[in-house]
Amino acid sequence: MTQSDSGVSAANGAPLVVLEHVDKWFGDLHVLQDINLSVARGEVVVVIGPSGSGKSTLCRTINRLETIDKGTITLDGQPLPQEGKELARLRAEVGMVFQSFNLFAHKTILENVTLGPIKVRGQKKAEAEKRGLELLDRVGIAHQSAKYPAQLSGGQQQRVAIARALAMDPKVMLFDEPTSALDPEMIKEVLDVMVDLARQGMTMVVVTHEMGFARTAADRVVFMADGAIVEEGTPEEFFTNPRSERAQDFLGKILKH
Amino acid sequence: MEPVIDNLDLYWSGFLTSLEFIVYSLVGSMLLGTLIAAFRVSPIAALRSFGSAYVTVVRNCPLTIVLFFMAFGLPELGINYSFFTFGIVGLVIYTSAFVCEALRSGINAVPAGQAEAARAIGLTFSQTMREVVLPQAFRSAVPPLGSVQIAMFKNSAVAGAFGIGGDLYSVGRTLTSARGFEYIPVLTGVAIGYLVITLSAGAALAVIERKVAIAR
Repeated sequence: MTQSDSGVSAANGAPLVVLEHVDKWFGDLHVLQDINLSVARGEVVVVIGPSGSGKSTLCRTINRLETIDKGTITLDGQPLPQEGKELARLRAEVGMVFQSFNLFAHKTILENVTLGPIKVRGQKKAEAEKRGLELLDRVGIAHQSAKYPAQLSGGQQQRVAIARALAMDPKVMLFDEPTSALDPEMIKEVLDVMVDLARQGMTMVVVTHEMGFARTAADRVVFMADGAIVEEGTPEEFFTNPRSERAQDFLGKILKH
Repeated sequence: MEPVIDNLDLYWSGFLTSLEFIVYSLVGSMLLGTLIAAFRVSPIAALRSFGSAYVTVVRNCPLTIVLFFMAFGLPELGINYSFFTFGIVGLVIYTSAFVCEALRSGINAVPAGQAEAARAIGLTFSQTMREVVLPQAFRSAVPPLGSVQIAMFKNSAVAGAFGIGGDLYSVGRTLTSARGFEYIPVLTGVAIGYLVITLSAGAALAVIERKVAIAR
């Protein structure tokens, strides 16, 4: 029933993720101010902005790891449910990659990738492992599948985290500063995987400081400052000709070196 | 040490009875304590309140009072079981509050990102606890859980004083009161019986701790 409902509402061309008039406060701090954002199917949206601008919070509201105080968020036509089984079901459709990787420390690499498919999707272990190994191969970690997360480098862990999210066949992938905790030489290996994903048509919301990635892979750049979306546009427009003073200032600071 | 050597068979059966009592109490308090700990971190406010009320009441109530309730309170309500059973129930209730808190310290030591990642792939709260949080929480809670359980082993002697029957404590009482043996050798024998249990538990803990250690 719900299946066909969402099928109807998600008719081709309808945006996959829609945020309307979203507000959020942390105590007195107004971290998200009247956010309106829609992400089309297959679109890659890169969110940039100074620290504390609310971009990570925005990313985390989309699978309700952060709750919102006002406004609505819909995913594939369905409003985000309250905490419970429904929400868990919806989160399974949204892949998330964290700044600090958050691989399950007590599970092997392969178990990290197969836990969701087995427990949430009810797949057979053998089936989940076969697919898990394929995904690990795709991100170049298949030969390390029996190791534990702490035995891998940061870049490798983050690629496993991407494979773990992909194992759920998500409709959209959220990346919350995926390269911010990595050494410079490991950033590229993670970005390469992300660029690949973008090319294959994955819908992505990426919070990042990697301007190079934004230029190559983004369909749209969203610039946030002080909890609000200040400006959005194609990477070309945004990087060569930012309209707002805030964005000009930000780009001036980060592109100088 | 003659009274001990002459009554080794009695000591042996007392040792086994105490051990049986302890094993039941251990398993029961771990299960109940884990459940209460899950309540205390649950997203449902009513369960959280119940969990913290349980810990507050039980942890702050002397063990002897809990056991008096079991020995004399429940029979007044028409609930009658052997004191072996009541003793286990009392000790499980009492110890589970401490297990809960030891485990909660372990849960707090699991980085929040672990639970977030689990929820992000669609695990429900109970799956997140079972698959991701608790296995890691147990690992870092091994030392405090060990202390709690060793305390429980010794508390089983308090339950023994209420009359479990046939346990190490009552062996001591039988030999001194009924048969008139001297206290020092008899009680030394009882103490050795408990030491065998607690020291081997300590050794087992050290092994467990080494086995479950995870790198972060």
